[in-house]
Amino acid sequence: MLHCGLGAGLLMALARPPQLAPAPTPTMFDPVGVPAETILDITWLLIGVCGAIGVIMFCLIGFAIVRCRRPEGDDREPPQVYGSNPIELAWTVIPLLIVFVLFMVSARGIFELERTSPPEGSTELTVIGHRWWWEFDYGDLGVVTAGELHVPIDEGGVADLYLTLKSADVAHSFWVPQLGPKMDVIPDRVNHLWLQANRPGTFVGQCAEYCGTQHANMLITVVVESRENFNAWVQNQQKEAADDSAVAAGKRLFLRTACINCHTVRGTVANGTFAPDLTHLMSRSMIGSGAVPNTPENLREWVWDPQNIKPGCEMPSMKLSRSEVDLVCAYLETLR
Amino acid sequence: MSVLQPPAGPDAAGPVPFLSRLHEWVTTVDHKKIGTMYIVCGIIYLIIAGLEATLMRWQLTWPGMDVLTPEEFNRLFTMHGTTMVFFVGMPILLGSANILIPLMIGARDLAFPRLNAFSFWLFFFGSLLLYFSYFGGQGLYGMGSAPDVGWFAYAPLTERTFSRGHSTDYWILGIFVAGIGSTATAANFIATILGMRCRGMTLMKMPLLVWIMLVDSVIILLALPPLAAAQILLLFDRLLGAHFFDAQAGGSALLWQNLFWFFGHPEVYILILPGFAFVTEIIPVFSRKVIFGYPLMVAATVAIGFISLGVWAHHMFVVGLSPMLNTIFMGSTMLVGVPTGIKMFNWVATMIGGRIRFDTPMLYATGFLCQFLLGGLTGIFLATVPFDWQVSDSYFVVGHFHFVLFGGLVFAILAAVFYWFPKVTGRMMNETLGKWQFWLLVIGFNITFGAMHVSGFLGMPRRVYTYHTDRGWDFWNLLTSLGVIVQILGFALFALNLVHSLFKGKKAGDDPWDAWTLEWSTTSPPPPHNFEEDPVVHSRRPLWDLKHPDDPDWKYE
Repeated sequence: MLHCGLGAGLLMALARPPQLAPAPTPTMFDPVGVPAETILDITWLLIGVCGAIGVIMFCLIGFAIVRCRRPEGDDREPPQVYGSNPIELAWTVIPLLIVFVLFMVSARGIFELERTSPPEGSTELTVIGHRWWWEFDYGDLGVVTAGELHVPIDEGGVADLYLTLKSADVAHSFWVPQLGPKMDVIPDRVNHLWLQANRPGTFVGQCAEYCGTQHANMLITVVVESRENFNAWVQNQQKEAADDSAVAAGKRLFLRTACINCHTVRGTVANGTFAPDLTHLMSRSMIGSGAVPNTPENLREWVWDPQNIKPGCEMPSMKLSRSEVDLVCAYLETLR
Repeated sequence: MSVLQPPAGPDAAGPVPFLSRLHEWVTTVDHKKIGTMYIVCGIIYLIIAGLEATLMRWQLTWPGMDVLTPEEFNRLFTMHGTTMVFFVGMPILLGSANILIPLMIGARDLAFPRLNAFSFWLFFFGSLLLYFSYFGGQGLYGMGSAPDVGWFAYAPLTERTFSRGHSTDYWILGIFVAGIGSTATAANFIATILGMRCRGMTLMKMPLLVWIMLVDSVIILLALPPLAAAQILLLFDRLLGAHFFDAQAGGSALLWQNLFWFFGHPEVYILILPGFAFVTEIIPVFSRKVIFGYPLMVAATVAIGFISLGVWAHHMFVVGLSPMLNTIFMGSTMLVGVPTGIKMFNWVATMIGGRIRFDTPMLYATGFLCQFLLGGLTGIFLATVPFDWQVSDSYFVVGHFHFVLFGGLVFAILAAVFYWFPKVTGRMMNETLGKWQFWLLVIGFNITFGAMHVSGFLGMPRRVYTYHTDRGWDFWNLLTSLGVIVQILGFALFALNLVHSLFKGKKAGDDPWDAWTLEWSTTSPPPPHNFEEDPVVHSRRPLWDLKHPDDPDWKYE
């Protein structure tokens, strides 16, 4: 008995996902790469120019409000001024010039950031938007994962990321503000997006195009990590699913339920592609595409009834008993 | 049982029975009555859509709230947007143009009064069709529900695969039916303005409001039919198994976006131009000064109308258009800022050197200037493609268009209500209540929608029913929701003021504001055919000429 309990405890400890550093607020004012920095530079220019226009206009309006009031009991009409061609010409031409400058600066930004080919040495992957989760396919590396994206960065270098964006159903939008612009993910189109990070860290974002019931819980985590860590992660992801005889009962149960119609666990008969690949489920920090942290308790609640955690999501409750849920989760927790 | 009572004889004194009055309103073809009905419906829907927004803000006050289910939240923002655009903005603009155009050009009615009535009832029943979806949206079995596809209803989310039941069909049909009415009314306005002006009123002597409504009607005529076409295609997809927008069967999701925004962006100008029209009439009267640069104002209006038809793809900067297309649409979008800027400058130039009276209409017009200025400037931000790539579909955009459509349009509408209420009802609105309402709205509005810009900067996308606390958006969302409470107080005062003034307001007289356009020369409310005798005008300000025979306008125009 003692042995069993110890084993389960050890299992629980091992099952905990790697703790990620808390992600900062995904603000465009804290850029970590050239695309986001370029946008922020243009934003500061806009704030300067539009701010100046705003200050001038508010001064004029304020002047009119304060100085051009009708004195109490004075009913005389002011002089009627019908217009002035030079003045009107001035405030047609000057805004045109301002607009021209903004246009040229921004046009340059557009052509710089909208790349049609990957930059040298970039990590290339295909992003597929599903209702309501993100699939990341690393192509030649043979890695397919969900919700959490890993990118290598060399010491003192930059991590370029070149995404090919596709949708499995409706329109979504991929947005991680600190790494660069957002890009829509549209079913009959293939879009590309260049992102960049110049330091390791965890950066978050989420789907930005309304895609239905659970649009709010379609989160993205991007982990930018050292090349050693990334390689270790890739090696782990490339392995087939763990096959631990201690949880054989749970595995049997999992493979006998409808789970396998939607989920893949490589090395088993589970080969569904409608839902996230579970081969290395425990290597991810969140479940339900960011709905809740991937803790043993949350995992049990999720398998018990996902609709309690992410109402409206495509995964139904499998109507397992609590002890069956424990069995299945014990198996899932070995999928590291 | 009042139906069975004998009708009151012609000499019977006392109030007209309710049914007779109802009958009179339902069968009327009088432009003032139809206009009033449009506006009353618009205000009722304003309250409904405002309550929908309040529920959404309740849900978003703190992260992870459980006030609404995700489905309910998604229905609410769809209905809020659709209602505000099609059943608040449109009827109020069509209604006020209905009332004002004939009065301002000295005509007896619109060119086609029966068509006008027909259009109103199309609008009315169109709006009921949309709201019937709350009961019949999933067919006749089970609970009904409203559409949950967003007000721009992007394909393929609207296809049968993803949108079960009939809620999207109701969305299509409700707007389609109301749209037929709007299109017919636009044609009606154009015919009226071009064909029924009184003697002496050449095109360049029309009040600017009429000019703006003329341009507005032309945009309606050009922009609404593409929407109707797109909706019919979508209906084919949904009911007849076509695949126009069904990406999985070879249709194009982008086609819908192009068709919708070809309507959708001009629609924004269709809504805001009447706002411009109201303040263009109100600012000169309360500054006691003629509008600065009339010909340039006309030119700017026409320019806005023209350019607005060529900017639609700025809603699609993030769909992956080529750099060249993005650049072109950025250029056209920035260009529309120039004529809009000209209008701002001319309004302010009218105020400077005037002797301004800050009665409620002028208060709201000034509020419009400040708020719309901010909304216009963030519009230039959003026109800039790289910036738009960051904040598109975020709360920054939500903040921006509420500054334009709420801070701009709604404040202009309120200015117009306070200004023309005496003409339509014969009674003044209460100034004290109006001023309290103004300050409550200014404070509440800026808290709510100012904070939204920050949420957007911090990466919060729009249309999310909940958010996680680790994102750092809590404070700004709380602020946004708190502002709503202040706004509700403001609108409650407005409702109170409307009802109170309707029955107990001070008698207005013909010309309470000492104004200059033709509608103030007739009685308040005007008689059925508006004028005792056909007016003749010699300048843009016929009543100024009358009041200042020594210094008439026509000497200078």
